[in-house]
Amino acid sequence: MFPGLKRTRYIEVQASARTREHPLEKCPGCREILVQRQLEDNLKVCPHCGYHFRLTAAERLEQTVDEGTFRELDADLTSGDPLSFPGYREKLEEARQATGLKEAVVTGYGEIEGHPCFVAVMDSHFMMGSMGLVVGEKIARAVEAAMRERLPFIAFCASGGARMQEGTLSLLQMAKLAGLLQEFGRAGLLYVSVLTDPTTGGVTASFASLGDIIIAEPRALICFTGPRVIEQTIGQKLPEGFQRAEFMLAKGFVDLVVPRQHMKATLARILKLHPRGDKNGSL
Amino acid sequence: MVLYERGLARLRSKVQELEEVAREHSFDLSSEIGMLKARVEMIERELYENLRAWERVYLARLAERPGAVDYIQAIFPDFLELHGDRCFGDDPSIVGGLATLEGRPVTVIGNRKGRDAKENLQYNFGMAHPEGYRKARRLMQQAEKFGRPVITLVDTPGAYPGPEAEERGQGEAIAQNLAVMSALKVPIVTVVIGQGGSGGALALAVANRLLILENAFFSVISPEGCASILFKDAGRAREAAEALNLTAQDLYRLKIADEVIPEPPGGAHRDKEGMAARIKERLVFHLEELSRLEGEELVRARRERFRRVGAEFL
Repeated sequence: MFPGLKRTRYIEVQASARTREHPLEKCPGCREILVQRQLEDNLKVCPHCGYHFRLTAAERLEQTVDEGTFRELDADLTSGDPLSFPGYREKLEEARQATGLKEAVVTGYGEIEGHPCFVAVMDSHFMMGSMGLVVGEKIARAVEAAMRERLPFIAFCASGGARMQEGTLSLLQMAKLAGLLQEFGRAGLLYVSVLTDPTTGGVTASFASLGDIIIAEPRALICFTGPRVIEQTIGQKLPEGFQRAEFMLAKGFVDLVVPRQHMKATLARILKLHPRGDKNGSL
Repeated sequence: MVLYERGLARLRSKVQELEEVAREHSFDLSSEIGMLKARVEMIERELYENLRAWERVYLARLAERPGAVDYIQAIFPDFLELHGDRCFGDDPSIVGGLATLEGRPVTVIGNRKGRDAKENLQYNFGMAHPEGYRKARRLMQQAEKFGRPVITLVDTPGAYPGPEAEERGQGEAIAQNLAVMSALKVPIVTVVIGQGGSGGALALAVANRLLILENAFFSVISPEGCASILFKDAGRAREAAEALNLTAQDLYRLKIADEVIPEPPGGAHRDKEGMAARIKERLVFHLEELSRLEGEELVRARRERFRRVGAEFL
């Protein structure tokens, strides 16, 4: 019935190659020089200014999902080049080499403080987390798996938007996922979206904005149109903090801004408040 | 006039000259002239059938190309426009309201663009703010309540990329439209009549049937935007237009569009009435087909349609 589930496997979560090669890192928030090991012990949050470094999908899973519970779905689903777009194959290959990932999202089953759920974790290090056919499909299959198992679904968003190199096929992933999540919602199931830096474009204009509960990480850029394009349109600089998580909270578009130290506990709390079991009007 | 149309115009004027010469000197050249005319027509047909992506983008953006309001006037003479999102305001760059099609009530929604500088400013060049998408959503939900089919006419460069739009939740507004349209229990037919600009166009296009005019396009990003990001040179938009596979013919081949509606030679603006009549005929045809499906079947069919897009490339 569900081909992905049969192919599940455990993935090893380990420090990225980048971390091993670069023992020191400068904080973009306060310009302090940080020791990678300490930064990692602090969930990649700057101990001086609270700047949240972008996480890889593996780091996110390690921080969020109980050890040994993660089972990956569709690990081998990879993008082709449906439009024969100039330079796309090379870019994909580069991204694969640089990240060790097959695509910009990792999906699977996992437990959060013992609460079972399905998760999708986008990785902005892979072609800026852009959504093409395969990213859309992997997320769709994770939602479908959650629907079959009647479990909550959590999406960690990090994306530059729809992937240009797959043209309108990428664009339509937005509608595909919005439709599927609508069905998921009608089945009485919980969908939590976590907006991390950056959540933009076609991802913001589809599943990122459709969570029953929407959480953002501090200072994350959350927008439809990116700040640079807006500044070009209006010919002036945007104010400090515009389109950041706290701004979106004030404007009413996210439920909570949750620092990384509290993310797992907060998710667990939300999951606990949505006990499993058949709801009225379920499909 | 477009560059490729110049040669054609020169040919036409030559034929005209010949006709005048023949008349002046009372020569009977009618069979020669007839043959020449047929040849010009043949060249014209070939030219327009083999337009490159960039030329179609050019045609789709022509100021004199009929817009949603023109088609609404021609197809729905009894159109009653309704306003506002009941929350923030009324966005004039989206037009929506009630009408009848062959005696049956329908809800019609489209993008409104201007024809001159003043109108362009008034309608924000067809780029909607969140309240525009929310108005569209309200009208669609109203259509569902009263069991009316929804017809959308898409023609927009994209959602408005400005600070107010962001502040009021441009992303959320579009996302909600995608969600609501995907679950609407009445038939939805979309016709992309000009520019189908990214998420701003998709927000009106989650339909059971997606029809597209021969010279319209539907793209994830504008060719200029794509060229400046990927090729670091906005001047390479022509190349980007080809690469993006955004033409009606591409979208039909990719099974994104269900049907390409032919335009008069040279583009929709050459025969507005004829174009409107053709669109009307296709709307009636598709709504008739969809009328056989019940509410839940329509929802399932629509979802399935989007679920399967691109499946052959996985």
